[in-house]
Amino acid sequence: MSTPAPGADAAEPSTTYAVTVLGHDRPGIIAETTERLAGLGMNLEDSSMTLLRGHFAMTLVCAGPATREEVELALAPMGDDGSLDLSVRPVRPASAEATGGGGTPWVLTVHGGDRAGIVSAVTGEVAAVAGTITDLTTRLAGDLYLLVAEIELPDGADPTALAAAVEVVASGLGVGASLRPAEADEL
Amino acid sequence: MSEQQPPGPDPRVRAWTEHDLGVTGRVRDVLRAPAVVLGTPGELVDPRDPEVVQLAADLVATMRVSPGCVGLAAPQVGVGRQVFCVDVSAHPKTRAHHGTFVLCNAEVVAASRNERAREGCMSVPDLTGDVRRPSRITVRGRIPGTGEEVEVAAVAFEARALQHEIDHCAGLLFLDRVAGAHAVYARRTYL
Repeated sequence: MSTPAPGADAAEPSTTYAVTVLGHDRPGIIAETTERLAGLGMNLEDSSMTLLRGHFAMTLVCAGPATREEVELALAPMGDDGSLDLSVRPVRPASAEATGGGGTPWVLTVHGGDRAGIVSAVTGEVAAVAGTITDLTTRLAGDLYLLVAEIELPDGADPTALAAAVEVVASGLGVGASLRPAEADEL
Repeated sequence: MSEQQPPGPDPRVRAWTEHDLGVTGRVRDVLRAPAVVLGTPGELVDPRDPEVVQLAADLVATMRVSPGCVGLAAPQVGVGRQVFCVDVSAHPKTRAHHGTFVLCNAEVVAASRNERAREGCMSVPDLTGDVRRPSRITVRGRIPGTGEEVEVAAVAFEARALQHEIDHCAGLLFLDRVAGAHAVYARRTYL
């Protein structure tokens, strides 16, 4: 979490926004985005950035006193040359329910030959048991398609049954699947 | 698996070389995922079977000509059987090792001290991944040719390599054990 910009008044009304930045990768996108937000007194609460097939993709959640229009105006110059698409939309502040913590963590891996429908079929089985996907990566490397998902299963969900259900749909698609507990080292 | 202290190195394994097989290995093509055989559990073998002995020699020969390769399992050369070779002696991460050896029908019988490290694989040439595995293990298997049962007490990098190869024999790739969604990477360096 960053420190609010000098002068930001903690008592001021605060609005939370989701900001997305997508487009052609180049050095300095993160620095410029966050500098412009800091100039509005916005506090970065969460962020995720990656390159998808070489395309810059970032979502960050920030909160502060600025209006949506002020945030959009501050970021707009970054998209002037057409290389980046930026969006700003207000979101509800994070709740305990939304940030998880009540379920048991699992890791699901699916890999095999690339074909349409792998992600939807597998994640559909997770959704069917009210599982929440908390993180997801898919990769296409040559002919190999890989999906790794981190999942939280609600109390009462049967991971063995989910693994079996995923295995059925995976087999139907000609890919392999494995579901295992996420392990963490307590230090 | 228990967490008992592994026994010391088996001198028969440490003294073994591919010359003990008595046949000349042939270099085979290494398959890449998503080849079906890489996701299929391998069959148990008779370690005295001449075909298995030749397979063992072929695995070592193929490993020798593959830069950076520290182990190779039969499914990687298209043979769905439980045979693999390992040689981590020249790898900079190695702390202790048994040199070159081949095991048939191997299984991990004791394991402890999980550690997380980056793995790669000749059969998954474009990706690497972080995998947690025990760093002290005892593996039981049979030597091809003589069929002797041996127990290999391995630590650190050799332990990781052994588990990686045993996984291959079970139809598993390191991708099946990566620690999470952000534990997979585009390949930059070999294991």
